[in-house]
Amino acid sequence: MSFEGLPKGSGDKNRSFLESIYLWEVVRGLRVTAGHLIRNILHTDDMPTMQYPEEKRVYGDRFRGRHRLMQRDDGSAKCVACQMCSTYCPADCIEIVGAEHPDPKIEKYPLTFEIDLLRCVYCGLCEEACPCDAIRLDTGIYEIAADSREKFVVDKEFLLNNDTDGTL
Amino acid sequence: MTIVFDTLAKIAFFFVLIMGLVVVLIWMERKGAAFIQDRTGPNRASIGGVRLAGLVHPVADVFKLLFKEDITPDNRHKALYNMAPWLVMTVALSTYAVIPFGDFLTVAGRRVPLVVADLNVGLLYILAVASLATYGVVMAGWAANNKFTFLGGIRATSQMISYEISMGLALMGLVLVFSSLRLTDIVAGQGDLVLGFLPKWGVVVQPLGFILFIVAVFAETNRNPFDLPEGESEIVAGYHLEYSSMKFALFFMAEYAHMVIGASLIATFYFGGYQIPWLPRPLIEAHAGLILTLKLIGVAIAALLIAMLFFRRVQKEKGKFGDARDREPVIGAGLWALISLGALAGLALKPWAIGPVGAEMVASLFQIMAFVAKVVFFAWLFIWVRWTLPRFRYDQLMHLGWKVWLPLGLANLVVTALVMAIV
Repeated sequence: MSFEGLPKGSGDKNRSFLESIYLWEVVRGLRVTAGHLIRNILHTDDMPTMQYPEEKRVYGDRFRGRHRLMQRDDGSAKCVACQMCSTYCPADCIEIVGAEHPDPKIEKYPLTFEIDLLRCVYCGLCEEACPCDAIRLDTGIYEIAADSREKFVVDKEFLLNNDTDGTL
Repeated sequence: MTIVFDTLAKIAFFFVLIMGLVVVLIWMERKGAAFIQDRTGPNRASIGGVRLAGLVHPVADVFKLLFKEDITPDNRHKALYNMAPWLVMTVALSTYAVIPFGDFLTVAGRRVPLVVADLNVGLLYILAVASLATYGVVMAGWAANNKFTFLGGIRATSQMISYEISMGLALMGLVLVFSSLRLTDIVAGQGDLVLGFLPKWGVVVQPLGFILFIVAVFAETNRNPFDLPEGESEIVAGYHLEYSSMKFALFFMAEYAHMVIGASLIATFYFGGYQIPWLPRPLIEAHAGLILTLKLIGVAIAALLIAMLFFRRVQKEKGKFGDARDREPVIGAGLWALISLGALAGLALKPWAIGPVGAEMVASLFQIMAFVAKVVFFAWLFIWVRWTLPRFRYDQLMHLGWKVWLPLGLANLVVTALVMAIV
């Protein structure tokens, strides 16, 4: 096995005299940090830091944010309470209670539809499992905050409302 | 009576200088560290929307720490635990008594030497008092009744013992050159020239001594790369682990006060203290008018340039935030423009025709400014080194202290003594 072309190790034997007295290396290190300092003072705007609440990162269309429930034309939930999403959910965070729908063409509708946002892992398997495109993670909301654990369990009305944001 | 008043005034000067520098240094540390690591650093705390580039943060920190609950461990040694932070702070402040920050100042016909106490054993006083700070650290570590604080205290002691020796040896070389233990004599001696063109600064006549001394000072102030007493990766926070609220703040401020003192010692012993190179005091007094005029013009131009930079930001960032922060560049531009105008207005007082009394004042003022500038630079060096070098391992620290620095210090002393005996 050959080590040709690899950089020399930093063991004692490979150090040059200047490196082993350390002080010159200190000066070189100071030069590097001073370079960064001066560059950042002169070009403060070029720094990679994002001033978060004012500037926000732009995510792609496929970003999975907070869930929402899709609506029929009359505003009721598209969901047919088939339990596919809650069965498929790896975090077991969806709780659906189904009921018979008055319209004979539609078999069932969700009486309650609750998602525990603290348990959710935002994997998107629920929207893939859904046979009738009733649940989506396309809101782009990722700043989800509440002042108690109970509030993180969101209900059907909340998920159907398209005007809500991350504040629960 | 007047001497009491003079002394109190000088103590007040140093107290204000140290406390002011502590605030500025905390800001420099956080902002400098951020810029060195390509971050923006603290920029949120504000007074009425004006953030002063993060300068408000140390003030906000002080208020936060003042109102925090003082949590203390149950099984502490009460007296020592409460005494330790005050001891550290007191010692840090009392080192300043013998450091000259100027030659003299003539006030109302009296010549006031610009040093609090002109001890003839000033150097010994510094060595004695500086090592007292370790007692505070050890007391804090012991009294808190915690393994980690105890380890931090022990580390501080052994480090101090190891480096106190090489520090003393390095200074002995300096004492041989300037043949005095009095700090005012040492600084006055550094006003001459060697070989006709080099200022006779300690760093020129004792280059090896300077390297020994600066490393020893870094070790004594417990700053990186020698901050093993608070090595957070090994012993959590070291000796001040069990302290909270204002007691912690005292340790924190004492660290920066020690930095200011370390910087002042480096400046005093090896960089001519208040001496301005190639500009001895008689020369300043002779040309005080000219120097003052040039200085005012320089300040005016520099302030104008900064104001223009701010004005460019005013134009570029109009309504960037949509709140009070948009006022910042406007205030900055206005402030620096005012400073520039003030300097220009100073020219109307005809500084070039200054009298002999004024010339003396100007000379003293310039010397004080030179001292403060050197102190700020070396304090910045402490910060700069901290964000450049990794921490030493404990055995490396001891190896360096006993097997390298001690022999080098002895060699430096012997060679200096031989040279001084021959010359």
